Amino acid sequence: MKQSRLGKVVALIGLAMLSAVSEAGSDRLELTGSSTIAPLALVIGKRFEKQNPGVRVDVQTGGSSRGVADARSGLADIGMASRALKTVEQDLTPYTIALDGVSIIINRANPVTGLSDEQIKAVYTGRITNWKEVGGKDLPITVVNKAEGHSTLELFLHHFGLKNSAIKPQVIIGDNEQGIKTVAGNRGAIGYVSIGTAEYDAKQGAAIKLLPMAGVAASVRNVRNGSFPLSRPLNLVTKGRPSALAQRFIDFARSNAIDDLIQSQYFVPPQR
Amino acid sequence: MLLATTAALILLLVLAFLLLEAWPVLSGGGWGRFLSGEGWYPLEGRFGVLPMVWATLAVALGTIILAAPLGLAGAIFERFFAPAPIAKAYRMVLALLAGIPSVVYGLWGLTVLVPLIALWHPPGAGLFTAIVILTLMILPTVALTSASALQGVPASLLHGAAALGMNRKGVVIGVVVPAARSGIISGLLLAVARALGETMAVLMVAGNVVQYPTGLFDPVRVLTANIALEMGYATGDHRAGLFASGLMLTVMVLVLAWFSARLARDGRDG
Repeated sequence: MKQSRLGKVVALIGLAMLSAVSEAGSDRLELTGSSTIAPLALVIGKRFEKQNPGVRVDVQTGGSSRGVADARSGLADIGMASRALKTVEQDLTPYTIALDGVSIIINRANPVTGLSDEQIKAVYTGRITNWKEVGGKDLPITVVNKAEGHSTLELFLHHFGLKNSAIKPQVIIGDNEQGIKTVAGNRGAIGYVSIGTAEYDAKQGAAIKLLPMAGVAASVRNVRNGSFPLSRPLNLVTKGRPSALAQRFIDFARSNAIDDLIQSQYFVPPQR
Repeated sequence: MLLATTAALILLLVLAFLLLEAWPVLSGGGWGRFLSGEGWYPLEGRFGVLPMVWATLAVALGTIILAAPLGLAGAIFERFFAPAPIAKAYRMVLALLAGIPSVVYGLWGLTVLVPLIALWHPPGAGLFTAIVILTLMILPTVALTSASALQGVPASLLHGAAALGMNRKGVVIGVVVPAARSGIISGLLLAVARALGETMAVLMVAGNVVQYPTGLFDPVRVLTANIALEMGYATGDHRAGLFASGLMLTVMVLVLAWFSARLARDGRDG
C-alpha cells in the first residue's frame, strides 16, 4: 500500500519536471558570458519579453570566455563577449550591439586625479605600493585585478603589455560589480572596469571615480568619438545560424529601438 | 533499503565521474605538475594547486579554532545556565541563523565586513575575513549539535556528580562535557565539512589571490572559489585540473564525515 502511494508521488513529480523541461525548450533564450554586457542584455531582454509575450530571456554572467565556450557547446543560445573574437574563435559569429571602454577606477575619497600609463604598470606589477608615491595620501595601494577568463582582464593586459603572472594583486574579483564594491569599500583600492558599468554605478552613488587614461577623460563621449585609448565592442556571439528566436533577439538588440537602453547603461550605440 | 542503496550509488557515481574527468591531469606523471608549487596560471599552462590546498586547510583550521569554543559555550549556556524562556528564545535564534543562505553572509561580508577590516588591515578581503564569515555560518550548527550531545548525557551522571557535592560549573565542565565529547566533536567535524564546501561566501571575502597564506590577513583562494571562478570557461587540461581539485575536496570532506561518524558511534557505544 505504502509503496504504490510512493510510486504515484514519484510519477507525478516526474511528469511535472518533464512538462517544465519541455515548456522551456522553444520560448526560452539563454544568454551567458560577459558581466559587462549582462545588465544591458537584461534590460533588452525585459523589453523583448514585453513585446513577445510567452518568451523568457535568461541572462547569466561568468566572463566572456564562458560566453564563447557556452555558445560553442550549445549550453547557451547566445554568448556575450565584451571583446572582438580571437583568431581561434572564427567558428563563431559576432554581432556588435554597443561600444564600451575600460577605465581605471579608484575610491572617491582618493585625491589622485590621474595616473600615467607607466604609473599604472608600476602599481599593478608591485613596484609602486603606496599612494604617496603618485601624489596621494600615505596609504598602501590595494590592487584589484580581474580573474582569468574575463575579457576586461585580457584587454587590460594587452593594452599595457603585461602578463597576468607579472601582476601583484591584493584582491582578485570575478564580476564587474564585485570590483566596484571592493573599490568603493576601500580607500586605498585601485581597479579597472567597464566605463559603462562604472559610470552607471557612480551615478547611483557608488563611492568610486574614473581616472583618465593617457590624459583622455574616461567618459562615454570619448568612447563615442574614438579618442579613449582602451575601447572594445560588446558582442553577442552564436555558433553557426542562430535559432529563429535568437535571431529575432539579436536583430532587436541591434536595432535603434533600444538605443535609449544602451545610453541609460552608459554604453555607446554602434555605427549602423 | 532501496533508497539507501540509491543514495550510496549516487555518491559512487559522482566520485567515478570526478575521477574520470580529472584523469587527463592525474595520469602519467601529471601529479607532479599538479602538486608542484609553481602557481596557478591556467592561461599560461601552469596548474600548481598546492597554494590553494594550504589556503583551504588554513581556513578550515581557523574556523575550527574559533567556532568550537564559541559554539560549545553557547550550547552549555543554553542547556545549563539559561533560564527556561531565554533558553527557548536562544534555541529559536540559533535555528534561524542556521537557516540563513550562505550567499547572504557573503554579501554582508563584502559590503560590511571587508570595508571594516580594510580600515584596520588593508586590503580587508583575506584569510581572516573568510574565517570570520565561515565561523558565523557554522556557529549555530555547532551550538545546536553540541546542545543535543549534551542533552544525550545520561541523567544518572548528573545525579551522581551532584550527590558528590560538585557545584554546577564543576558538573558541567568536569563531567558532562567529557561525557558528550564524541558527540560534540562529531557535530563540529560535520559543520567544518560544510564550511569546506562553502563557495560564494568565501569567494566574495577571501581576496582570491592564489598564494600561500603566510599572514593572517593575506588574500587567499580556496579550492571551491577557484572552481566557481574558472569552471565556466575552462577547457582541456585546465578543466581536468579543476575536476582534480574538486576530487581532492570531496576526499577531504569524506574523511571528515567518516571520522565524525566513527566518533558518534563510539560515543553511543562507549
